Amino acid sequence: MHPITIIGTGLAGYTVAREFRKLDKDSPLRLITADDGHFYSKPMLSNAFSQNKTPENLVAIPVTKMREQLNAEILTNAQVTQFTPLTIQDKQLEYSKLVLALGADPIHLSLAGDGAADVLSVNDLNDYAKFRNALANAKKVVIMGAGLIGCEFANDLQQAGFEVTIIDLAPHPLGRLVPKIIGQTLQQALQDLGITFHFDTTVTNIAKGYKLTLSDGNILEADVVLSAIGLFPRTKLATNIMINRGIVVNRYLQTNVENIYSLGDCAEVEGLVLPFVMPLMNAAKALAKTLAGEPTQVNYPAMPVVVKTPACPLVISPPALGVKGEWQIEGEGRNLKALFLSPKLAGFALTGTCVAEKMALAKDLPALLV
Amino acid sequence: MSDDFKVYKCVICGFEYNEAAGIPTEGIPAGTRWDDVPDEWLCPECQVGKSDFEMLLQ
Repeated sequence: MHPITIIGTGLAGYTVAREFRKLDKDSPLRLITADDGHFYSKPMLSNAFSQNKTPENLVAIPVTKMREQLNAEILTNAQVTQFTPLTIQDKQLEYSKLVLALGADPIHLSLAGDGAADVLSVNDLNDYAKFRNALANAKKVVIMGAGLIGCEFANDLQQAGFEVTIIDLAPHPLGRLVPKIIGQTLQQALQDLGITFHFDTTVTNIAKGYKLTLSDGNILEADVVLSAIGLFPRTKLATNIMINRGIVVNRYLQTNVENIYSLGDCAEVEGLVLPFVMPLMNAAKALAKTLAGEPTQVNYPAMPVVVKTPACPLVISPPALGVKGEWQIEGEGRNLKALFLSPKLAGFALTGTCVAEKMALAKDLPALLV
Repeated sequence: MSDDFKVYKCVICGFEYNEAAGIPTEGIPAGTRWDDVPDEWLCPECQVGKSDFEMLLQ
């Protein structure tokens, strides 16, 4: 029998493999990765610096151990050039079922200036290693993007002693994910740490050195520039497979091509592209069952996201796109509870001590996919 | 507070379980030892089980 083959050894690929092995100990299993295949926790990348974590520290399980644990063949540093048929470096590989767990690429603004090519982003362990090297002799860090990842990095780096500045086109952090007062509460907490914000503006030019010119005329100096403006699903190689924003799959995580499945940051499940841990875990568990012979649909309960900004504890569960309603704010000072009512509860954002209500409120939220 | 309480960390998402603090909102009182956390308990952030946690050296 040809192996079940998973492309990608990030959280999505490895979790499917792990869950599959709980159900089927022996069927041949092969994973293919373009990097070295060590298992690490990606969510930790955005708060690893202040804890003085080296890339090596972040490796939870080395690839040699993963091979043993999963009883799987893991091909590392392997560039897949085609999915149909599956081709690596001009060699064709057979599979029984193929799982695309390709991840997503950071979005980069196209910027003018001779320093533009030096903008960093941190989306995997290798990126983190580069970032850490760049910070070695740095003092000033400019972060493009005041979203979840931008704010997490800002909090972590300021805590580690850097002078951090954040730039975003939106008027407050976390843009449309939260009501203004929640964004401002986070902003105030980060400002109290010493972080500087520039809102309603964007970077237009980066000169070596670095000197950043903003669209509002401000000029900033930086030793390191980090871009954290979002992710885009990796779909480039999926030429015969239906793509919208991500690789289009149904509730069985199945693409339009027989025996090819997809999950994680590269996949669009019933119109939803959700690059977070919880959706991926739910998808991996369902897909593992399907691969083991019991076709299983994925369910998405409401999945609140914990934002790792210790300066302002924050949990958000934004309403689904297109849901109409209003934010209702309760609480005082830095301890706020924002409920999105439509007219029933459809989303929330909690700060400070109110984060304790996460579980109770999550139970009242509508599921995203039932 | 006793200083022999330990902290366990989810290797998947980085969530930390602190024995001293417990998770009262999930029915795990402060001071609950890791061994006494129910086996069916799941990481509140990523839903993996107890086996995916490791002890943090403090």
